[in-house]
Amino acid sequence: MSLKYEDVIEKYEPVLGLEVHVELGTASKMFCGCNTIFGAEPNTQTCPVCLGLPGALPVVNEKAIEYTIMIGLALNCSIAPFSRFARKNYFYPDMPKNFQTSQYDEPICVNGFLDVEIDTDEGIKTFRVEIERVHMEEDTGKSLHMGGATGRIHGADYSLLDYNRAGIPLVEIVTKIVPGTGKYAPEVARAYVAELRDILRSLNVSDVKMEQGSLRCDANVSLRLIGSDVLGTRSETKNVNSLRSVERAVRGEMIRHAELLNKGERVVQETRHFQEETGLTRSGRSKEQAEDYRYFPEPDLVPIVPDATWIETLRAALPEKPSTHRKRLQEAWSVPDKEMASMINADVLEIVEATVNLGADPAKARGWWLGEIARIANEKEVAATDLPITPKDVAEIVALVAAGELTDKLARQVIEAVIAGEGRPSEVIEKRGIKVVSDDGALMAAIEKAISAQPDVAEKVRGGNVPAAGALIGAVMKETKGQADAAKVRELLLKHLGQ
Amino acid sequence: MIIKRNAADMAVALASGETSSVALTQAHLDRIAEVDKDVHAFLYVDSEGALAQAALADKKRAAGEKLSPLAGIPLALKDVMVQKGIPTTCGSKMLEGWRPPYDSTVVSKLRAADVVILGKTNMDEFAMGSSTENSAYGPTHNPWDLSRIPGGSGGGSSASLAAFEAPLAIGTDTGGSIRQPAAVTGTVGVKPTYGGVSRYGLVAFSSSLDQAGPCARTVLDAALLHEVIAGHDPKDSTSINAPVPAIVSAAKSGNVKGLKIGVIKELQGEGYQAGVLNRFNESLELLAGLGAEIVEVSCPYFEYALAAYYLIAPSECSSNLARFDAMRYGIRVGDASGVSAEEVMNLTREVGFGREVKRRIILGTYALSSGYYDAYYGSAQKVRTLIKQDFDKAFLKSDVLVSPTAPTTAFKIGEKADDPIAMYLNDIATIPVNMAGICGMSLPSGLADEDNLPAGFQIMAPAMKDDRLYNVGAALEAALLSKWGAPILSHVSGLGAHA
Repeated sequence: MSLKYEDVIEKYEPVLGLEVHVELGTASKMFCGCNTIFGAEPNTQTCPVCLGLPGALPVVNEKAIEYTIMIGLALNCSIAPFSRFARKNYFYPDMPKNFQTSQYDEPICVNGFLDVEIDTDEGIKTFRVEIERVHMEEDTGKSLHMGGATGRIHGADYSLLDYNRAGIPLVEIVTKIVPGTGKYAPEVARAYVAELRDILRSLNVSDVKMEQGSLRCDANVSLRLIGSDVLGTRSETKNVNSLRSVERAVRGEMIRHAELLNKGERVVQETRHFQEETGLTRSGRSKEQAEDYRYFPEPDLVPIVPDATWIETLRAALPEKPSTHRKRLQEAWSVPDKEMASMINADVLEIVEATVNLGADPAKARGWWLGEIARIANEKEVAATDLPITPKDVAEIVALVAAGELTDKLARQVIEAVIAGEGRPSEVIEKRGIKVVSDDGALMAAIEKAISAQPDVAEKVRGGNVPAAGALIGAVMKETKGQADAAKVRELLLKHLGQ
Repeated sequence: MIIKRNAADMAVALASGETSSVALTQAHLDRIAEVDKDVHAFLYVDSEGALAQAALADKKRAAGEKLSPLAGIPLALKDVMVQKGIPTTCGSKMLEGWRPPYDSTVVSKLRAADVVILGKTNMDEFAMGSSTENSAYGPTHNPWDLSRIPGGSGGGSSASLAAFEAPLAIGTDTGGSIRQPAAVTGTVGVKPTYGGVSRYGLVAFSSSLDQAGPCARTVLDAALLHEVIAGHDPKDSTSINAPVPAIVSAAKSGNVKGLKIGVIKELQGEGYQAGVLNRFNESLELLAGLGAEIVEVSCPYFEYALAAYYLIAPSECSSNLARFDAMRYGIRVGDASGVSAEEVMNLTREVGFGREVKRRIILGTYALSSGYYDAYYGSAQKVRTLIKQDFDKAFLKSDVLVSPTAPTTAFKIGEKADDPIAMYLNDIATIPVNMAGICGMSLPSGLADEDNLPAGFQIMAPAMKDDRLYNVGAALEAALLSKWGAPILSHVSGLGAHA
């Protein structure tokens, strides 16, 4: 029986540290002209440079520098007037040069921060996450371990190497330690990654797809006794590839650490791998003995000395901050804080906005995405935004309901059918023959039928017992197979019975 | 015999129709077939490719195309420079059988100038050494005395010139690998300003020191070749984006009247062979006789240059040579079922690298280790700065600086093979130039009294003042020639009947 989260936070204070890797959306790689298209045939996007062939030399992609400076500026960082690349030396088959060209002690952006808002017991609260550095590096290739039971390197029969990803520009965003989040640590971690993702998306520097690995988060977690100012031993959880997983991983690690500490055992400093199915982590590489990467300045590249006016030009061109944008939407839509928070939490704000932009009423759009669609997403254990239903579909449904051509109940059926892949809303309606029965004659016939079936109920209604009408309305709805507008039925029924 | 002419004279013979490039190339291929079993300058001779290039040059000439001054002239390429489809070993077993899929920039430029590439020349493994004894394919022999070394690392290139197997060669110089072989073979070699010639496609030994340059039998020939290979290359970030100095016109002028020539106090005396110093002093007198002003300068930090070099170069090489891991190219040792990639890497590196290379990788790995970095690599970089400052000060007092190129004439094969320090001391006078990124030339100053072997005279000039080397070199060369009455190489004696 594992420890309860409530018991963990009663005794311990979590300290977070988050490292986010972002693949930049540049057309070419960090140090060569190769394409960066996701999912291409293995080893078709390579050249002497990204394969690390003898004699080949790197040349920095200027767009990558521009993007990184934009990220630094959006995260309130200082841009270093002089920064350098360094070589991080270690052997690994998917790393062509056996060193990664990265930045070490001279990163391009330093000392920033990002504010995130959390819906707490005391209302919406802002946490400031301080950013230590933003730096550039190149991605590695991919190893595919074939044969064996686990798909892991141990026990594999052989491995295949794909260097398409080798040399894709990566930006690493590293926070300082984040204390003081208390029981909200998992939510803060998630909100930080979500906010960062929104910023990166607004900058248009990456496609920020966690499931494709273009945005990857390593979550460092440690616990210390409440009141203590000594940091505990941390674990670093990798392979966290959704916002939900960020939250689960942090919570899971907090519980795991607390269980160890409660038993008087120590936490091992290591990397751990998050497992989506169980929400648990498994042990990876030990970091008890610090690896010696023998960093030294990359002699094949010249220092980066960005022009001050260039930086100011980039700063001036930064887009509206997602948080400002949200405030503007909240005001325009007149949404209460709590509801705004639940939209952000369900990660549907952007899709609601897209739906509204297609003409849907904000309250209705919000209602569908947070209601029926979120319910189905929950059932299927996927994000609402990953369901095969588009803002256009929802906008169309909202319009049909407004025009009286669908009832809310019918609309739910249409949504389900669209998600089930039966087609766009208009196709579903046509195929299923869904329509609101609004013909008074047809309704009256059903009403007469219901009254004659339940004469005693009809009598009660005539006698002024209006709530009793429910049974009759239900019978009418049943008769019309749910295609009638319930309000209309009620109106006609009461009128017919003299109420 | 046409092969004994200088490249500039061969160019005249081609232009006048006296001979064709095919005939000239064939004459050199014949010479290689005749003497290279004794000299072993070449690791690979590309007869077919060379004759095809020669035929193309002849065709262009016949069609009246405007040709470069060296069109149709044969050249030997140091095996550290990649040439598409042609085996490139760097003198190492590690790269046995590797045929690069791309051309280095130097090769592209040679092709564009219709220079005929005869083949690849022997060298110390990965350019580490001063004698060419570290080649995995056996040593090259000095044409002056086959029992002696031809210098290194580019002993194959210099020996090919002295044996009249090629009129031009490409070398690379990290600590003296062009100049010291030139000195001990009675030929001319130039290390251009760092960044003056592209390093793209030069298999890196020490990236911040490596520089490709021309090897020839005369100063003018070296200038003609230098001009072909020099210039900015967008594929090499450290390549200088500025016009190439007017080196050919400087080599044709050779006027030292009023020029200040600084003699570096620290680069003579103890450790220098008397005969080498005699020839050096004679050359100074000749230059003074031509109107140059000889001044003495002091470079106190040169004392530390060798020690600093043997930290920086091994550090960079430990990282540069990490890519030789059997995963993508070159030999692979121990690949069997159940053997991990890591074990294959270890076995391959154990077998593939020679002793000196391993020594330097270990040295460099140690120097970059955390805890030692500041004391070793860090201090060495500071020494490097001090050496640059020494040069800056010296160049305030003089237009060029001079010294003997190497402290001794060619030693016997095997004589210093077990004494790395004695071997390293060969480069004591050439290393400071690489450390400062400036340019240097070695040209023959005559035969040493003790052994009748060639001695070298080194000229050094500030960065991007390579023209000064050629100006002073041409003046001295002319004065020496009129003193001797015949070129020094007319005394080459090691080839017996072939001489």
